[in-house]
Amino acid sequence: MNTPHTKSVVSCTINGNATQFLADSGGTLLNALRDDIGLTGVKEGCGTGDCGACSILVEDRVTCACLIFAPEAEGATIVTIEGLAEADHLHPLQETFLEGAALQCGVCTPGFLMAAKALLDKNPDPTETEIRYALAGNLCRCTGYDKIIRAVQDAAERMRENA
Amino acid sequence: MTMTEDPTTPGYKWVGTRPIRPDGLDKVTGKARFGADLILPNMVEAAVLRSRHAHARILSIDTAAALEMPGVQAIITGDDFPPTDDMAPGDAHQAVKVMARDKVLFEGHPVAAVAATSRAEAQAAAKAIVVTYEQLPHVLTVDEAMADGAPILHDDLITANVDPAPETASNIASRAFFERGDLDEGFAAADAILERSYTTKPVHQGYIEPHAAVADSGQNGRANLWVSSQGHFDMRTMTAKVLGMSASKIKATPAEIGGGFGGKTTIYLEPLAVLLSRKANRPVRVVMDRDEVFMATGPTSGSSMKIKMGIKNDGTITACDLWMAFEAGAFPGSPVGAASMTALACYDVDNFRIEGFDVVVNKPKVAAYRAPGAPISAFAVESMIDELARAIDMDPIELRLANAAKEGVQAPYGPVFPRIGFIETLEAIRDSDHYRSPVPEGQGRGLASGFWFNIGGNSVATVNVHADGNVSVITGSPDIGGSRSSMALFAAEEFGIDVERVQPHIADTDTIGDTDVTGGSRVTLATGKVVVEACRKIVTDLCRRAAKTWDCEIEDVEWVQGHAQHVSGTESPLSLADLAANAGRTGGPISATHAENVRGAGAGFSTQLVDLAVDEETGQTSIVRYTTAQDAGKAIHPSYVEGQMQGGVVQGIGWALNEEYIHRADGTLDNPSFLDYRIPVASDLPMIDTIVVEVPNPNHPYGVRGVGEVGIVPPMAAIANAIDRATDCRMEHLPMSPVALLEAINERNAD
Ligand code: FES
Ligand code: FES
Repeated sequence: MNTPHTKSVVSCTINGNATQFLADSGGTLLNALRDDIGLTGVKEGCGTGDCGACSILVEDRVTCACLIFAPEAEGATIVTIEGLAEADHLHPLQETFLEGAALQCGVCTPGFLMAAKALLDKNPDPTETEIRYALAGNLCRCTGYDKIIRAVQDAAERMRENA
Repeated sequence: MTMTEDPTTPGYKWVGTRPIRPDGLDKVTGKARFGADLILPNMVEAAVLRSRHAHARILSIDTAAALEMPGVQAIITGDDFPPTDDMAPGDAHQAVKVMARDKVLFEGHPVAAVAATSRAEAQAAAKAIVVTYEQLPHVLTVDEAMADGAPILHDDLITANVDPAPETASNIASRAFFERGDLDEGFAAADAILERSYTTKPVHQGYIEPHAAVADSGQNGRANLWVSSQGHFDMRTMTAKVLGMSASKIKATPAEIGGGFGGKTTIYLEPLAVLLSRKANRPVRVVMDRDEVFMATGPTSGSSMKIKMGIKNDGTITACDLWMAFEAGAFPGSPVGAASMTALACYDVDNFRIEGFDVVVNKPKVAAYRAPGAPISAFAVESMIDELARAIDMDPIELRLANAAKEGVQAPYGPVFPRIGFIETLEAIRDSDHYRSPVPEGQGRGLASGFWFNIGGNSVATVNVHADGNVSVITGSPDIGGSRSSMALFAAEEFGIDVERVQPHIADTDTIGDTDVTGGSRVTLATGKVVVEACRKIVTDLCRRAAKTWDCEIEDVEWVQGHAQHVSGTESPLSLADLAANAGRTGGPISATHAENVRGAGAGFSTQLVDLAVDEETGQTSIVRYTTAQDAGKAIHPSYVEGQMQGGVVQGIGWALNEEYIHRADGTLDNPSFLDYRIPVASDLPMIDTIVVEVPNPNHPYGVRGVGEVGIVPPMAAIANAIDRATDCRMEHLPMSPVALLEAINERNAD
């Protein structure tokens, strides 16, 4: 008794690389990224779109990878945490998260970094309230958010200075 | 990259600074491997079949159809586990918790587990297992469980610590009891006496990383286990007990841990993974879904409390009578004992009686949650103290100062306090800009304090000096919030070298000696102490090597700022790198280990102040301003100390305002998701201001007390006290959700 699995080949661009993978029709993009493509920096905290740990950029928009079926990635341009830094330097957000101790356990960090990048790409000078609302879909249970918000403010400032 | 500058403590170059954590780069680039990130060759995935009933007898489990499903490699049920008859009661409960035997005792209780080539196949097969149950009546609250004629969870459960011992089984597992002085005299001396009842709901630790385990069992009776836990030694030992194995036959390797807060100090999936791997003859990974985390892993207790307290007009607390019953979940072991010990620990009270009951109910077995028990009893005591302050018209800080525990006072649970910093936390808040600013129009301000023991315990460190003079520090303490940084700072300080030259590492159970869990706020204190001691052994050895090089007495050599120096100044100093390069000629590799059951933990205190606004139309509370003062003893890496303080406060805000397990009448959980179990998000909160108080712990080489836990003790009462001042509604039940608060506001309006 074998349940037929519909698999399809999906072609997309992940972190700047043309990528093909075999997608389970009912599988999520999160599972494909983590288990098939090996991008385990993308985290699963809930699988239901409620925690933001799986946040990635799809066409520059912050998206929960757990809410997308893998075949939907066809033709998409995707950036994950693994694609945030350059070979010789970190993204300013990564720097300010490290300097400002904006992570404790660090499991929420990839999601926060991607959501914060999406915010700063659109709005280089957000208010504290704008940052808090932009990150309201990302749960962190360790930090109380204080140092995360400050790290995003610091990165925004650094990016404006270097713009 | 830059570092935030702090004034360093005189005499310290590194301790008290804020370097970038050694594991930080991996965590901001996605490289860090957490529990579910390990993929082994030939690995299969598992799923757990869980009970949908809160209480039922298992009549039969039929796995025949499931075994024929595609991809299925192995199925286990309670029959695959060794019998529990000869186990100690606690071990037997643990064994039955991880896999039900003849009864299921809570919704989510595992009844079988399946390994298959994919998670989807494992889940499909789990659904195809046929379990027939005989449903039994259930109990969900302490009141139901303690009532006459209540359905009994465990036929052999006789209440402990009651004299004479009861003759029949009940749902009351044990009684905690502390008393001092004469209650009647105490109440007779009081000018004001108040009596109140409080309740709290079970709340979950809410770590973002679900539980995960990977196991690879071999034909030689050994197993490799990768765990995301607060203590891989304990995971290994508990797993071995449940499986009837010798602990050393399991090698447990720590993964990075995505939050624990106490909830990852116990086993759930680990024995299942080991057994499935044995049966499937392949490595097995098992990861919980979020609803499984809520249904089957430890929340902390719901509770019911009654308190009566008396006070004199001068502010002296004369008597306290406190009764508490805590939900343990399906097996004994609520933190009611710790709640009893901590309830009055902030104060010097002559007459008290504290009685606590540990009560089993048909819910998941509770697990430790940050200062287990203390936040619950503090909600009652600190709410009551605020009411007493209002009753005698006294400032709540002055009232606390008038009764504050200090050096020489006997703690309610027995020992006499050495130097402690409770008064300093009160003074820090009293002197803060926040306290000295007027309460903004339309807001309420609340204050509360809290106590936590902090602990020491078993830790081991090995320190190796590489040939290039850089240093590895190896411990067995999982780093849950930046402790690698503290270990590196201790070593840098001891050797007098740049902190970037120290690489901390957390080793598996075969590589480093037995180490207790990362819990009890113990790691910086205890593991920090063994790191310091191992470094000191090496410094002594380095001085000996320098003496050998210079052909002088070791007494003539001293270690100064990373160099061995001859006291006469006649020799040019030898750096750590010089000595390391020469190690082959002075005795071989430079390495030392220190193992200790560390004593002398220093008690932790916190005092917190909150301003909030209540929307009288909706009952919604907004936290506007929050300041927390906590005695750290000594902040080794101040950023991570502040982070612990802020994180504890925000978990407390969630506990106060929103979080609760909501059970349906049939005993099933109505809100097992982050959508319906709402933890605080960034837009709910202001910045959390921190005041790090440093009253050194006299028993630690750097004065460390431990900082992880006490921050969660005061928030619930602080917020209740602020709500009372904002609305004139005294909330006696948690959570103080919009619905509950609106009801209270409507009642107030009706009066
Ligand atoms: S895992 Fe996707 S939102 Fe939680
Ligand atoms: S740092 Fe642990 S969840 Fe955010």
